[in-house]
Amino acid sequence: MTPELEILAIAIVTAVAASLPGTYLVLRRTAMVSDAISHAILPGIVVAFFFTRDLTSPLLLLAAALTGVLTVVLIEALISSRLVPEDASIGIVFPALFSIGVILISRGASDVHLDTDAVLLGELAFAPFHRLTVGGVDLGPAALWSMGAILVVNLALILLAWKELKLATVDAGLAALLGFQPLMIHYGLMTMVSVTAVGAFDAVGSILVVALMIAPPATAYLLAERLGLVIGLSAVVAAAGAVLGWAGALALDVSIAGAIATASGLLFAVAFLLAPRRGLVAQARRRSGQRLDFAVRMLLVHLLHHEDMPEAAEECREEGLHRHLGWREAWTRRVIGKAESRALIARRGELVLPTEAGRHLADDAVIGFSG
Amino acid sequence: MDLFSDYTLRVVALGSGVLGAAAGALGSFAYLRRQSLVGDALSHAALPGIALVFLLTGSKAPLPIMMGAALTGWIATLLIRAVVRRSRVPYDSALGMALAVFFGIGLVLLTLIQKRPDAAQAGLESFLFGQAASLLREDVIVMSVLGGACLVILGLLWKEFKLLSFDSEFGDSIGWPMRRFDGLCTLLLVVAVVTGLRTVGVVLMSAMVVAPAAAARQLTDRLAPMVGLAAAIGVFSGVTGAVLSSMVPRLPTGPTIVLVLSTIVVMSLVLAPDRGLLWRWVKLGRLQPAAALDPVLMHLYALAQQHPDDPDHGHGVGVLRTMSPAGADIERVLDDLSNRGLVHSVGHDLWAPTPIGRREAERSIEAQSKVAS
Repeated sequence: MTPELEILAIAIVTAVAASLPGTYLVLRRTAMVSDAISHAILPGIVVAFFFTRDLTSPLLLLAAALTGVLTVVLIEALISSRLVPEDASIGIVFPALFSIGVILISRGASDVHLDTDAVLLGELAFAPFHRLTVGGVDLGPAALWSMGAILVVNLALILLAWKELKLATVDAGLAALLGFQPLMIHYGLMTMVSVTAVGAFDAVGSILVVALMIAPPATAYLLAERLGLVIGLSAVVAAAGAVLGWAGALALDVSIAGAIATASGLLFAVAFLLAPRRGLVAQARRRSGQRLDFAVRMLLVHLLHHEDMPEAAEECREEGLHRHLGWREAWTRRVIGKAESRALIARRGELVLPTEAGRHLADDAVIGFSG
Repeated sequence: MDLFSDYTLRVVALGSGVLGAAAGALGSFAYLRRQSLVGDALSHAALPGIALVFLLTGSKAPLPIMMGAALTGWIATLLIRAVVRRSRVPYDSALGMALAVFFGIGLVLLTLIQKRPDAAQAGLESFLFGQAASLLREDVIVMSVLGGACLVILGLLWKEFKLLSFDSEFGDSIGWPMRRFDGLCTLLLVVAVVTGLRTVGVVLMSAMVVAPAAAARQLTDRLAPMVGLAAAIGVFSGVTGAVLSSMVPRLPTGPTIVLVLSTIVVMSLVLAPDRGLLWRWVKLGRLQPAAALDPVLMHLYALAQQHPDDPDHGHGVGVLRTMSPAGADIERVLDDLSNRGLVHSVGHDLWAPTPIGRREAERSIEAQSKVAS
């Protein structure tokens, strides 16, 4: 594989791995915890680095994952003290931990390659340089292996704990009642988020982790209704964002991580506008359809009301209808056209009269109102 | 102290103080409206604006840069609002997405800037973590004007913002344009956040919004003192952090300010009178024995009622334990009760209420039935 393709492979695997726990974060309304964890793992990494003096040591991952869980514990402790609301608890804990990390780095580790920019921003372009070799055989980029492992573990955990996760997400109270320990599930999920964030940060940086964890699941959430489908779709969207971002970054020679975040945002924007049922366009069309439908009913009620009455010759004349109904002429013509195409009215000379079906609909509308 | 003699230090401390005041005061409203993390999203979303202005004008003059930052931050809040109102994506997801995607766009733009031949881009990185030492006099002047303007507008619209924070629906019902006030309140926060980016940096700016408000909230239940306290805490941490970081080598400003702030938050959480953890702990310690005594006595009394002709019929600790919540220290409670002469031991692990204990229990039942009726 060329380095470019290796980068693409890492990007796709990372994106899919992050989207799996991300779906649950979005559905559980704890998306900002991913932001907190991805920042707060920094001091864990730094402290472990001081002990091992080796940036590739697995101990770093362990320490970072533990710090991620510690972050969640601290946030939960603040919330359960009931002195600080949830969002503020998040906003207090992670900047403090992150600050400790930044200060530790600039005081103690500024001579080595562990700068905060790299943690925050990541540099996917360098990922292929760091290779996994076993017995002198080059097995490919290390990040591909580590993220691949995290992807497999995430997938396995989600499949194993499918109904527990689903129940705790949809109805935490019922889950607790049935003895499913939603708090354990919460911490389990947060551990998964921590490990994923740790694995991803050195390839793509902590901010992109947030984009990958939230944007694809939010996109999928606009497109699908069932949990399984949302998770599957968010993995697809994540991979698509990775491919798009990668291609864009290569074409413009810019930050790959930034481009992938941008592409994920664009995909969400497309879904937000064009999602078949929940998109803005679909919403607008539905509304205008309802408006027309309502107008047709009002027209029928008007016609039914004056039919067979002395004033019918005036009130039911197509020419003057817009005046009687207080509508604009063009709109009235559109409503009449719609009603005619649905065979709800028929013309008799200059008059417009309801058909049998139209009479039914008007009756229905009036009864609906009075009843 | 060379705070008053050292020119650079004075500039830096002044800049950090202005920032602390504006962010602290406006952050209080975000805090009360459960929008604490909007500061985080805003500050990240400012990055593309900064990069864009630099890309277009090539200048690092404070005013245009801040305007660019405010513009993209403002756009981000509008998008968050649109997504929340027009789709089922939850607020926090919209927030996180805006944060990460805007930051990603900013990164793309920064890497575009890095490719330019002129090396003038150096210094833009200071927006990530803040570099108070690089503040110039003109920076601080712009910051002071903007921050001061925010505070003045806040003062003018005090009662509107107060209503917005506590009962926005009521404002709607009396015909006030609450959505416009909401937008304005957010806009002021955008400006406050933007003034702080050079000092604290994008990543840690959210702490400047949340932490002073959280600390102040513990100390008072009234809005005006809270906002004033938050501003004061913001000023104090800003100045202290900036001074510390300029005195100690290799101590970055933003993180130092945040740690000063975090210390204040922890202290106020623990020590706040009447509300703090320490206070609560003392109060609970005083109340707990009294609260735990009664149920055990009542259970024992209920059991004794089943043997009306044998007042000294003993009942086992095990029975009392099954009647009590799991983990209750029954033996200790029984000891306490017997010290108070309410129960007495009538055999190994067997207990019965004393006549005084029976009277106490009857009185308690009477009192409860009075409350119930």
